[in-house]
Amino acid sequence: MKESASDLENPKCYHCGDACDAEIIEYQEKTFCCEGCKTVYDLLNDNDLCTYYDLEQNPGMKMKKSVGNKFAYLDNEEVSQSLLEFRDENLCKIRFFIPQIHCSSCIWLLENIHHMREGIVQAQVNFVKKEAYITYYQDQITLRELVELMASIGYEPAISLQSGTKEAKKKVNRALYYKLGIAGFAFGNIMLLSFPEYLDVEQFLDPNFKRLFGYLNLVLALPVFFYSASEYFISAFKGLRARYINIDVPVSIGIFVLFARSTWEILADVGPGFMDSFSMFVFLLLVGKWYQNRTYQALSFDRDYKSYFPIAITRLVDGEEESVALASLAVNDIILVRNGEIIPADSTLLSNEAQIDYSFVTGESEPVKKKSTNVIYAGGRQTGSVIKLRVDKPVSQSYLTRLWNQDAFTRDKTAMNRLIDKVSQNFTIVVLFLAMASLFFWMSEGWNSALLVFTSVLIIACPCALALTVPFTFGNALRIFGKYGFYLKNTDSIERMSKVDTLVFDKTGTLTSSQADTIEFHGNELSNEELQAIKSVVKHSAHPVSASLYKYLDGAVRSVKAYQEKVGQGIAAETTIGEVRLGAAAWAGAEAVSEELLASVAHVSINGVYKGYFSLKKDYRDGLDNVLQSLSENYELYLLSGDNEAEFERLKPLFSSEDHLHFHQKPEDKLAFIEKLQQQGKQVLMIGDGLNDAGALKQADVGISMADDVFQFSPACDAILKANQFSELPKLLNYAKSAMRIVRMSFFISITYNSIGMFFAMQGLVTPLFAAILMPISSVTVVSFVTIATNWVAKKVQFREIPSSRSEVIV
Amino acid sequence: MSAIYVLIGFSLLAALSFLGAFIWSIKNGQYDDDYTPSVRILFDDAPLNKSNSNPK
Repeated sequence: MKESASDLENPKCYHCGDACDAEIIEYQEKTFCCEGCKTVYDLLNDNDLCTYYDLEQNPGMKMKKSVGNKFAYLDNEEVSQSLLEFRDENLCKIRFFIPQIHCSSCIWLLENIHHMREGIVQAQVNFVKKEAYITYYQDQITLRELVELMASIGYEPAISLQSGTKEAKKKVNRALYYKLGIAGFAFGNIMLLSFPEYLDVEQFLDPNFKRLFGYLNLVLALPVFFYSASEYFISAFKGLRARYINIDVPVSIGIFVLFARSTWEILADVGPGFMDSFSMFVFLLLVGKWYQNRTYQALSFDRDYKSYFPIAITRLVDGEEESVALASLAVNDIILVRNGEIIPADSTLLSNEAQIDYSFVTGESEPVKKKSTNVIYAGGRQTGSVIKLRVDKPVSQSYLTRLWNQDAFTRDKTAMNRLIDKVSQNFTIVVLFLAMASLFFWMSEGWNSALLVFTSVLIIACPCALALTVPFTFGNALRIFGKYGFYLKNTDSIERMSKVDTLVFDKTGTLTSSQADTIEFHGNELSNEELQAIKSVVKHSAHPVSASLYKYLDGAVRSVKAYQEKVGQGIAAETTIGEVRLGAAAWAGAEAVSEELLASVAHVSINGVYKGYFSLKKDYRDGLDNVLQSLSENYELYLLSGDNEAEFERLKPLFSSEDHLHFHQKPEDKLAFIEKLQQQGKQVLMIGDGLNDAGALKQADVGISMADDVFQFSPACDAILKANQFSELPKLLNYAKSAMRIVRMSFFISITYNSIGMFFAMQGLVTPLFAAILMPISSVTVVSFVTIATNWVAKKVQFREIPSSRSEVIV
Repeated sequence: MSAIYVLIGFSLLAALSFLGAFIWSIKNGQYDDDYTPSVRILFDDAPLNKSNSNPK
């Protein structure tokens, strides 16, 4: 019971579950790590909502400091109108995306939010999509108040420029369920009505019954043919019009011949038809489609800059601040951008100085200093005080957003030559040839029997098992990938992944982890008191170096006086041990050190005495060297970084030659580089994380986006990889190759079945019973083979489990 | 034997009503979210105090 002892020393916060190390607040016999968490508890306690804490242990979110009028823009009519899903005089309905939803307590609290305020009618949570659907009366609570209420209890909705657009509001596609239901219904009943045929009860059965069963089968099969199977015909037709035989062509031929021949048999009263096989075939195909289509609904793979940009911005009109929707922002408007906010359009700086963090946009790790009249590109984040800007270009024409006008964003990757299409091309040709051959051969017996054999061959050649292989293999592989933190947009990417021979990496945020830095202190050793004082000072600064130092330093935080911050210089404050100055060399009264070229440096002086400096080096991902080494055996590796060459020496040994490393790459450069590789015939996989990689990710055959928190913004891509699973990359790529091997084996099995069937069909030996047995047997064999094989290979590969973290539930 | 006509009619009617129920449930949005309801059903109706949250 060691744990309980340490629990006593460092109690967990009752609200968020974090260890209370910096400060401990005791309140009502409970411990809290910060004022924010305590406030939330208080709020819930007042409203009698403490069941929240009974459902799950420490379910809360650590509270961040919120800016006072952060949500003022929601008062803007234009903005709120674009967000609302429904509005009727007073009654409003809105759907929020809330990434923080992670447990049953979250569902409970959000669905009981109407107890906290008058005016909220109802809230319904969709856990899978991490959405809350809220109905409220706007004369009792405004949208802004609603959002502020949610933010105050730790569930701040993610509202971006994307939220207001049509794509964000699109309805779920329910057609597949309808089709599946109708096909399943028809399949079951037709099977039942065909049962007498299977038993060969000819002599007991009234021929009237036979006829009745036949007609009922026909009626039941009609909606299957015209509704459930329609998309296969459409897809086959589209393929043929583009002079291309896809898998849906042989499938459609099979479906059509099955239906036509059965209809003829029933109407001409010559036989029972194959309606049971027909409806089963369509049903199984749709099951395969459903299995393959299940994707990660809470993750978004199609985000562009719109979900990164805010929906509104503060504009200055005649010295008065007002919120304005980004869409109606015009050139020459004066805007205000606060600490942490994003600059939405290319603009000219009017304030004296600005410190812009472009790390997510260009890959540069350090904030850039800008002076008055400098042009600031859209996408950067201001760090520090409020700045004033004049808009130069409309949002959609800005430097960054122009990237989305490139060709790569309009092209569809899925249409590339897939194995299944190649196989079905040959398959279709062979089957048609054999069917024609048997037609001519049986001509001697008369037209009637020749046509019967011809259709029998086409029926038995129906590629049911073939068509089910890919949905089930890749569908299962997609689920296995998901279990280990690799989330694919769709199953097509697996095949492309298996063909990849070139890997291109981004540096910042991909090879380096986005937060942790390696921090070292050079100089006279600092006492604990001094370290504490430094920690207390950096707490007040939003600069990334300060944030890293704050995390790195131990000890309690004390209050400081006379805090000042000079952009680009440093920070200073009065502490219990005197004045602490932290920042550039000149600021702390020292000379620059050579290391400043390679790393970020913060010099320290206390009471005017220079103490030394902290150096912060970007931390590389765990096991980076091993990963790259094992990948370089099978792949060509490249590096594209938007940053400077500071890390060149460190990275050089990991890549085969120096010209595989490229620095100072603009977003367009990255895209062009990938294109160049592809023109050399390479199959390229790109791994990146920022908006600057968006073009390259789109252009590459497979684009993987790395993310520490997969629910936060990541650029459009084919797959999202959890950052702490980076070390599994070689195994993931190998697994994609194995999945492809399984598909090949399964093709072989299903074609063997088809050949056996054809052997009998060409001799005219096929009965409805024979078809009704062969088709499910082949399908069951193939589906169980691929399921067992994919699971077995996954076991053999031994992926590393995702280090557990509570917000991991992805359904 | 003619009873079979009636029985088949009934069996089809029963099957059709199930199909109808299925289609209604899709329309009703029951397949849009197949996780949350499984959690929601376990919640108590009204917010309760700690003391009586344990059912007997």
